[in-house]
Amino acid sequence: MSSQISAAPAQNSSPVDWWKYLLLAVILLVVLPLALDIFRLNLIGKYLTYAFVAIGLVLCWGCGGILSLGQGVFFGLGGYCMAMFLKLEASNPEATAIQSTPGIPDFMDWNQLTELPWFWQPFHSLSFTLLAVIAVPVIFAFIIGVAMFTRRVGGVYFAIITQAIAAILTILIIGQQGYTGGVNGITDLRTFVGWDIRTESAQYLLYFVNVALLFACLFAALYIKRCKLGRLLVAMREKEDRVRFSGYNVASFKIFVFCIGAAFAAIGGAMFTLQVGFMSPSFVGIVPSIEMVIFCAVGGRLSLLGAVYGTLLVNLAKTSFSESFPELWLFAMGALFIGVVLAFPDGLAGLYQTYIQPWFKHFINREKVGLTPPAPIPEKTTTPAKEPVASSLSSSLEESRNVPA
Amino acid sequence: MQKLNKSGLSNVLRRNILKGMMALPAAMLVSQLSLAAAMSTADVNTTGLAVTDDTVKVGILHSITGTMAISETGSVQAEMLAIEQINAMGGVLGRQIEYVQEDGASDWPTFAEKSKKLLVKDKAAAVFGCWTSASRKAVLPVFEQYNGMLYYPTFYEGLEQSPNVIYTGQEATQQIIAGIDWVTKTKDAKSFFLLGSDYIWPRTSNKIARKHIDKLGLKVVGEEYYPLGHTSFNSVINKIKLKKPDVIYAIVVGGSNVAFYKQLKAAGIDMTKEKPLVLTISVTEDEILGIGGENMQGAYAAMKYFQSLTNTNNQEFVAAFKKRWGDDIVIGDVTQAAYLGPWLWKAAVEKAGSFDIDKVRAASPNLELTTAPEGYVKVHENHHLWSKTRIGHALPNGQYEVVYETEDLIEPNPFPKGYQ
Repeated sequence: MSSQISAAPAQNSSPVDWWKYLLLAVILLVVLPLALDIFRLNLIGKYLTYAFVAIGLVLCWGCGGILSLGQGVFFGLGGYCMAMFLKLEASNPEATAIQSTPGIPDFMDWNQLTELPWFWQPFHSLSFTLLAVIAVPVIFAFIIGVAMFTRRVGGVYFAIITQAIAAILTILIIGQQGYTGGVNGITDLRTFVGWDIRTESAQYLLYFVNVALLFACLFAALYIKRCKLGRLLVAMREKEDRVRFSGYNVASFKIFVFCIGAAFAAIGGAMFTLQVGFMSPSFVGIVPSIEMVIFCAVGGRLSLLGAVYGTLLVNLAKTSFSESFPELWLFAMGALFIGVVLAFPDGLAGLYQTYIQPWFKHFINREKVGLTPPAPIPEKTTTPAKEPVASSLSSSLEESRNVPA
Repeated sequence: MQKLNKSGLSNVLRRNILKGMMALPAAMLVSQLSLAAAMSTADVNTTGLAVTDDTVKVGILHSITGTMAISETGSVQAEMLAIEQINAMGGVLGRQIEYVQEDGASDWPTFAEKSKKLLVKDKAAAVFGCWTSASRKAVLPVFEQYNGMLYYPTFYEGLEQSPNVIYTGQEATQQIIAGIDWVTKTKDAKSFFLLGSDYIWPRTSNKIARKHIDKLGLKVVGEEYYPLGHTSFNSVINKIKLKKPDVIYAIVVGGSNVAFYKQLKAAGIDMTKEKPLVLTISVTEDEILGIGGENMQGAYAAMKYFQSLTNTNNQEFVAAFKKRWGDDIVIGDVTQAAYLGPWLWKAAVEKAGSFDIDKVRAASPNLELTTAPEGYVKVHENHHLWSKTRIGHALPNGQYEVVYETEDLIEPNPFPKGYQ
C-alpha cells in the first residue's frame, strides 16, 4: 500500500504511457464492437457510463482524498436532465391522445397534473438540455462544495453528508412523482431530436459517441492529474495543513475537483439515459453511489485507466454471475470484492504495477532487473536530471505520512 | 387439465390433429406426440424463437434477491409449478417447456437488461415475470421493441394496455368498485379514510375509490400517503381516531404493513369490532405471514383469490403447490395469478397452433380457462382477465374466510371513464 502511494507523485513527472491509452482505445473501439453483438455491446456501453463516475472518483478520492459517497446524485441529475428532454419529445400530443391532458408526460397525467410544470418547460430546447446536463449537477456540486469545504468539513464527515444528500434526493424524486415519475422513473424514451435511439444503428453510434466522450474525460482527467493542480491535490490528501500553510486556498481546489467529478458523472448519466432508454431514482441513491466507489476501488483508485477496467470487470462479473447463478450471484459478487481487497488492495492497477510491469521491464531491458524492485520506473529509461525533484517530493510525503496523525 | 375454446382452433391446427389421428388411431394417449410429429418446427415458429422439435424456451423474470424477493418468490414458485405440470401433461404443441430464470434483483434497470437478454439472446417464446409497476414500466419498451410476450401477475393501477403484455392480475377497478359497493351495502359505511404508500398504484387506486365514493354520495374524511418502507403510522392513526371514519381503506404495501397493523392494534383500534372497519386491497396471505395473523384479525380484503376458496380447482392447486414447495407455504392473490400465466400461454399457443408472438397475441382475446384456481377466467380484448371480486375476512391463523363474491365476472377496464 505505502509503496503504491509514494509512487504516485513520482508517476506524475514520468512520461505518459500512451500505449496503454491506445490499447484501451483499441479494445473499446475495435475489439469489442467486432467481437460482440449489439446486445452485449449496448451493455458494455451502459457499463462505460459508470466509468465516467469512476474517473471522477479517481480525481476526487484517489488524488484529492475527497471520498464522495454521493456521486450517484450527479449521475442521476445529468441523466434526469436528458430524460426530461427525451420524455417531452416522446409525449407529443398525437402519442398521448388517450390521456386526459394530451401533450404532457404520461406519469403527470396519472398524477392529475393538467399542465407542464414550469421547470420542465425549458427542456423542450435541445441546447438548454445539453447545457443543463452539465450545469445543473456542477452548480449543485459547487453549492455542496462551498458549504462543506470552506467550513473545512472533510474526510468521513464529508462522506456521510454526501450520502445523506443522495438519500434526500432519492426521497424527493420518489415523493414528487407527479413531477419526476416517482419510483418508476422516466421511462419509455424513444427519440432524440427525431432520431430513434432504440434501433441497432443508433445504439452502435451512441456506443462510439460514448467511448469518444469517455476518452475526452480521460484526457481531461489525465491533464488535471499531471499538472500542478494534480500535485497539489495529492499534497492536500497527504497533509492538508502543510498545503494551507504554504499559502494555497485548499477549499477552492477541493471545490474545483469535486465539480469536475460531478461534471464527469453527469455526462455519464446523460449517456446512460440515451443508451438504456430510461432513468430511475435507483441510480441516485446510496447503494449505486457506493457501488460506483467500489468500481473505482477495484480498478485502483489512483489509476484513471484502472477505473475504466475496474468498472468493466465488476459489471461484466455482475451480469455473468447473475445470468449463470440467479440465486447465488450476490455471494459471488461479495467474494469478488473481498478477494480484491484482500489480495490486491490497490486494485487492478496495483496488481499491474506490482506483478506485470516489473515482468515487462524484465523483458525489455534485462540488465536493469534485480537492481530495481517493484517500484515503477519511467517507461523511457534514465531521466536522472528530473528524478531528484520528484523523489524529494515523494520522500517528503513519505515522511509526513509516517508521522502519526 | 384445461379446456379451451374448441371452436377457436385454427384450421392449421385442426388439419394437423386430423393428420395425427389418422396416423395413430390410439390417439388419446399419444395425441400430444402425434401433434408434435405433425407440426414441424418450421410451421409453428416462423420468427426464430427458441423452439426445437421437442422443446420450447420461456423466461421467468422476477426478483429473487433484494427487497422485493419476499413478494416475488411466490410467483416464481407458481410459474415453475405450472410449467412442470404442463410438461408432465406432454408440454405445449408436444414440446417440453424449458425455462431460463433471471434475477431482476429488485432493481428496475436490471429488469430492463434481463428482459432484453431473454428476448434477444434466449429468444424466449414468452416471459412470465415482473411484480412492481416500476419493473413493468422498465421492461415494457423492451417487450414492445423486440416483440416479446409478457405475462404480468400483479394487481396494478391500470392505465395501460400493451399488445405485448397479458395482465393476469386485476386492474384497479376490478378490486376497488365491488369492494366499496359491498362495504356500503352490507356494513352501511358512510365515511372513508383513504391511506396508502406513496407511489402510483395506491394513488391511482385511491383516486378511483374517491370518485366512486363521491358517486355513491358518501364522504372521504381523509387521504394520506407515506413513503415506501415508512414505519411510523402513529400520527395518521391519531387522525383516524379523531375523524372516526366508518372504513379505513388501506393500500399500504411491503414492510410498512407490519408496522401499520401492529400500531393500529397497539393504538386500541380492534379491527374485529369493525369500528372503524379496515378494508385493504394490498394485504394477501403472503403479507399476513409478516404481519402476524393475530394483528390482522378482523380486517377485510378485496381480492380475486384467497387460498381458502373451496372449489375443486383450488383444492387441487393448493395440494399440488404444498406438495411441491412445502406444507407451511401460503398462497396469495398474486401467486395464483402468476400460476395462470403459463396455462394461458399454453392455451393461446394451442389455439393459434403456433408459437409466433403475433399469432399468440391474436389468439389470446376471449380465451377461456375453466381450470383456474380462482374459477373460470376469460381474457378480454384489452389483454386483462375477466374475474370475480371476493371479500375475505382475516382469521387469526393468517387465512381469509371468503364472505362475499360477486355474482358475475367483472369486466376489466384499465382506462375507466369518469375515474381519471
